[in-house]
Amino acid sequence: MRAVVTVTGSDKRGIIAKVSAFLFEHNINIEDVSQTILGDQFAMIMMVDMSESKEAFSAVAAKLSALGEQIGVTVRLQHADIFDAMHNI
Amino acid sequence: MFSKFDVIETIDMIEKEHLDIRTVTMGISLLPCIRATAQETAQAVYDRVMQKAERLVPTATELSAEYGIPIVNKRVSVTPVSLITAAFPEESGVVGAALDRAARELGIDFLGGYSALVHKGTADYEQVFLATIPEVLATTERLCSSVNVGSSKSGINMDAVRTMGEIVLKTAQLTRDRDGLGCAKLVVFCNAVEDNPFMAGAFHGVGESDTVINVGVSGPGVVEHALKFIPDDDLTDAAELIKRTAFKITRAGQLIAREAAKRLGARFGIVDLSLAPTPARGDSVAHILETLGLEVVGCHGTTAALAMLNDAVKKGGVMASSRVGGLSGAFIPVSEDIGMIESATAGKISLDKLEAMTCVCSVGLDMIAIPGDTPASTISAIIADEAAIGMVNNKTTAVRVIPAPGKKVGDEVSFGGLLGRAPVMPVHTGDAGAFIRRGGLIPAPIHSFKN
Repeated sequence: MRAVVTVTGSDKRGIIAKVSAFLFEHNINIEDVSQTILGDQFAMIMMVDMSESKEAFSAVAAKLSALGEQIGVTVRLQHADIFDAMHNI
Repeated sequence: MFSKFDVIETIDMIEKEHLDIRTVTMGISLLPCIRATAQETAQAVYDRVMQKAERLVPTATELSAEYGIPIVNKRVSVTPVSLITAAFPEESGVVGAALDRAARELGIDFLGGYSALVHKGTADYEQVFLATIPEVLATTERLCSSVNVGSSKSGINMDAVRTMGEIVLKTAQLTRDRDGLGCAKLVVFCNAVEDNPFMAGAFHGVGESDTVINVGVSGPGVVEHALKFIPDDDLTDAAELIKRTAFKITRAGQLIAREAAKRLGARFGIVDLSLAPTPARGDSVAHILETLGLEVVGCHGTTAALAMLNDAVKKGGVMASSRVGGLSGAFIPVSEDIGMIESATAGKISLDKLEAMTCVCSVGLDMIAIPGDTPASTISAIIADEAAIGMVNNKTTAVRVIPAPGKKVGDEVSFGGLLGRAPVMPVHTGDAGAFIRRGGLIPAPIHSFKN
């Protein structure tokens, strides 16, 4: 199952490292990464494959959200279908 | 594939512009629940609703977490109860109480369908059923009621219109300790639809299958935000932008509807192409109209702006969903829209302007507080006017007015939550009593004879 991890917030060191390490530990494969800086806001978008994830979607989403709080940014995990549906005919 | 800008746009829509799935509504047929007595029927109704909708709230919560989009309301609509209790109509309240208990135990927001369809005539059992509505709405919490008094095909049942004026007033009086809250759960329709997911008017039509999922989307804030970027473009461009935005909003609804139906073992019914406001700032249909260039909603030009908005929402939404239905269009409830509340409080929008607006938008006079001493015949006349607009224009119209007990023009009623608050608005004081007392049926318009 394809999902999208988004990280937004003020830029600080180690964001990519911490989120990537978490995904690695949970056996979630990162297929694509892009990042932008919008003003002083940091935005990172990761396409991930969750088919071999060690834990259920909702559990991973909750942990990622908690990790975000720890770092001081917002981290979300969403099923990729919502973006496909809204932006492709 | 989608771009990173698409991802950011979706997240901004949800987190900054109030995009949400307004309701996932499960329609359940109660026809298999008819038994010999009211008590047995109530038990069968309770058991069936509990069984069918058992997973509704947990499933909506799961979907919301997985797709990252809020699902605000989880609801159930049922077969009009007047049909289920036709053999013992005076005891319909027993079934109403069982439905309300099921709603509370399921944790759903509202359950709709304490309803009757009397658009061509009121049967004896329906007359008895209608009389139970005020007491049932006063003694239940989450049960909603609707009555269809007219249709383009059959005309307007003016006997039922007269009765409903009295019933609206009585419902307000029985819930006087709560500003007449019972009336917020009672809708009088012309051309009611069988697959409406929105309350208080949802019921599960007899033409529907056993169990269906209907979804209503929302996103006035998203449309308003998009329009702010083109303050000087002409209205053709504005309509195009609304269409594109409505497409995206509706696609989210379509995705959730299909997935919810699959997980709940129900059929996917329809997506209601709606723009439904809430009292929150940034979630207002009135503010969309003002962004189009009106100083305040209710001024001249409001009807034209609303007509354009409503049409563009439908055109964008139809392309986005495989099955559309329900009420589909922009909603203009007064108490549930911060822009409407502010305009009404400042005296900038009148009941007459709202009536004109209902000619071109999705429903009708919705969540409007009127003086508590308004005569029943005047309420009936308001219902008759609105039903006439629906009948002649082949569209759904509805009246959900609250004759606020003990309150007069300038006072305010407050229901809290999504039902919001509303100033008491003036009604015309000329007497329509003699017209209403005539009763009978206003015949269907000539253009309805299409066979």
